[in-house]
Amino acid sequence: MEALIAVAIGVLVACGVYLVLRARTFPVVVGLALFSYAVNLYLFATGRLSNLAPPIVPRVGADPSQFVDPLPQALVLTAIVIGFGMTAFIVVLSLRSYLTLGTDHIDGPEADPLALPPTNPRHEGTDQGTER
Amino acid sequence: MSHHLAIVPIVLPLLMVAMLILVGNKHLGLVRGLSLGAAALNLLAGLALVSMASDERAFTYLVGGWEHPFGIVLVVDRLSAMMVALTGFVGLVCLLYACQGGDREGPYFHPVFQMLLCGVQGAFLTGDIFNLFVFFEILLIGSYVLLLHGARAPRVLAGLHYITINLVGSGLFLIGVGTLYAYTGTLNMADMAAKLATLPANDAALVKAGALILLVVFGIKAAMFPLYFWLPKTYGSAAAPVAAMFAIMTKVGVYAIIRVHAYILGPDAGPAASAAEPWILPIGLVTIAAAMLGALQSKDLRGLAGHLVIASVGTMLAGVGLFSHAGLSAALYYMVHSTLVVSALYLVIDLVRRERTDADDALAPAQQIIHPAVIGTLFFIVAIAIVGLPPLSGFLGKLFILEAAADSPSMTALWTTLLVASLFAMIAMSRAGSVVFWKTSPRPDDAPRIALPPMKVATIAIMLLAIAAWTAFAGPIAEYTDATAAAFFEPATDTAQALSPEPGGLP
Repeated sequence: MEALIAVAIGVLVACGVYLVLRARTFPVVVGLALFSYAVNLYLFATGRLSNLAPPIVPRVGADPSQFVDPLPQALVLTAIVIGFGMTAFIVVLSLRSYLTLGTDHIDGPEADPLALPPTNPRHEGTDQGTER
Repeated sequence: MSHHLAIVPIVLPLLMVAMLILVGNKHLGLVRGLSLGAAALNLLAGLALVSMASDERAFTYLVGGWEHPFGIVLVVDRLSAMMVALTGFVGLVCLLYACQGGDREGPYFHPVFQMLLCGVQGAFLTGDIFNLFVFFEILLIGSYVLLLHGARAPRVLAGLHYITINLVGSGLFLIGVGTLYAYTGTLNMADMAAKLATLPANDAALVKAGALILLVVFGIKAAMFPLYFWLPKTYGSAAAPVAAMFAIMTKVGVYAIIRVHAYILGPDAGPAASAAEPWILPIGLVTIAAAMLGALQSKDLRGLAGHLVIASVGTMLAGVGLFSHAGLSAALYYMVHSTLVVSALYLVIDLVRRERTDADDALAPAQQIIHPAVIGTLFFIVAIAIVGLPPLSGFLGKLFILEAAADSPSMTALWTTLLVASLFAMIAMSRAGSVVFWKTSPRPDDAPRIALPPMKVATIAIMLLAIAAWTAFAGPIAEYTDATAAAFFEPATDTAQALSPEPGGLP
C-alpha cells in the first residue's frame, strides 16, 4: 500500500507542477488543486498507513505502534479547509483577471497574441475604486 | 493575569475584522476610528510585551490550557515581542496614511488590514510549527485582498502571480511540516528541538530534506534568491499604504528562518543539526548581488524600491547565516531598521507620484514637481537611511553585520559583497533622485495645482522620527538584540524554560 500511495502522490505532484507551469489560468488553477491533493495525501500518510486500525486504543496496555496516528488526520482536515478557501479565491481572481484584462494568459495581454481588447463596459462599472 | 496580554495581538485584530465587516462601508468615520483605535491599543500591547520579555525572561501562554507540549503555545520572548511591537508600529503608521484617502479606493480596506495584522502577529507569537502555517495562511489571505484593493489591471495581474507562488509555497510548507512531524512526533517548536537532539542518525537525511523544504517556503516569503521575482511587481502595483505594510512580510520569512533553522535545527539538534548552515549565507550574498543588478536597471522608482527591499533581505540573511551570536544580533537590529525605512520609502514614492502627473514615477525627465523642497528632503533622508550612509541606522546596521563577520571564514566574501552593494545602492538612489528632482522642465502655468496633504507628510515624518530614534538609541537596542541572540545560542536553558511553563501561563 505504501508503494501505491507513493506513486499516487508522485503522479499528482508531477501533473500539478506541469499544469502550474502552463500559460493559461485554468490549467494553473487545476494544477494547484492537484498539488494540494498530493500534499494532503502525503500528510495523511505520515500518520502510518494501516488497515482496520482506527485511532481508538481499545484497552490499556495495547501497543500504540499498531494504531494510526490521529494527529496528521486533524492536520489534513485543516489543510483541506484552508486549501478549499484558497482555491475558491484564485478561481474568482482568475475570472476577474479575465474580465479586467481581456485575456486568460497568466502574464496579461502583452504576452498573449489572442487577447481581446480589455474593455468590458459592464465590468468597468463594477470597479468601485475612485481615482485619487 | 498579565500573561493574557500574550494573546491580545492576535485576538484584538481578529475581533476588529468581524466588527468592521459588520459596520460595513457606509460609516467611514466610525470604521476609521475603530480601526485606528484598535491599532493603537495593539501597539501598546506590543510595547508592553517587549517590556515584559526584557524584564522577566521569556514566557509561554497555553492557549485553551492544554498541557505542554500537546496544545498550542504562544511564546513571548525578546524576539517575538520585538517583532510584534514593530508590526504594531508599522501597522498604525500605515493605517494613518491610508486614512488620508487610500482606504476609499475599494470596499473593506480596514477589516482586511486588521486580518493582515492578526496573521503577522500570530506568526511571530506562535510556538507551534503547524500553527505557524495557519497564521501564514491568515496573513497571506489578508495580503491577497489588500494587494487587490482598488482592483486595477496591474494589481490583478501581480495578484495572480503572487497568489500562485504562495499557494505552491503553502503546499511545500505542509510537506516540510509533515516530514518533521513524522520523525519527531511533535509540532511544538521547543519540544521538536529537544526530540531532534536524540534523533537516530539514519533518519537525519529525511529530516534535513524537510528542513530545507521549509527553507524554500520561507525563502519565498522572504524573497531570497532565486525566489524573489514576484516582489518588485507585487509591491510596486499595490496601493502605497499597502506596499508600506508589506515591508513587514518579508521579515516574517526571515523570522521563520531564524526560528526553524537557528533554533529548532540549531547547532544542538543532533545528527540533523544546522541543516541550512551551508546555504543561508551564500544565498544571502547572491541575493544582495542580484538585487543590486536589478536596482541599477530599474526604470521607475517602485522597481528600484522593490530591489532595495530584496537587497535588505539578503543583508539580513547574511547576518543570520553567520550562525553566531553577534551575527544574529546585528541582523535583528538591521531587520527593524529595514522595515521602517522600506515603509517610509514606499510612502515617499506615493507623494512623488501624486505630483508627477506626466511621468508617474518613471526615471525619465518630466515636469518639475510642485513641492520639490519638502518631498526632496524626505526622499533624501530615506535614501541615506536605505543606502546605509552615516549618520542613520542603516549605517549602524551594516557596520554591526560587518563587525560580526570580522573573524569568520566568510569575511572576505561578505565584506566585499556588502560594501560594493552599498556603493551600487548609492549610485542607483542618487541617479533616481537627480532624475526625479533635478532633470525637470518648468511646469506650464495651466498645469493643475495639487496641494501637499499635510497629514501624509506628517505620517512619513513619524516614520522618519522612528528611524532617528532607532539610530539614537542604538546602544540600548543593541543590548536588547544581543540578549535576544544569546537566548538562541544557549538552547539548553531556553528549551528547559519553554518545556516547563510557569503556572502563571495557564489561562
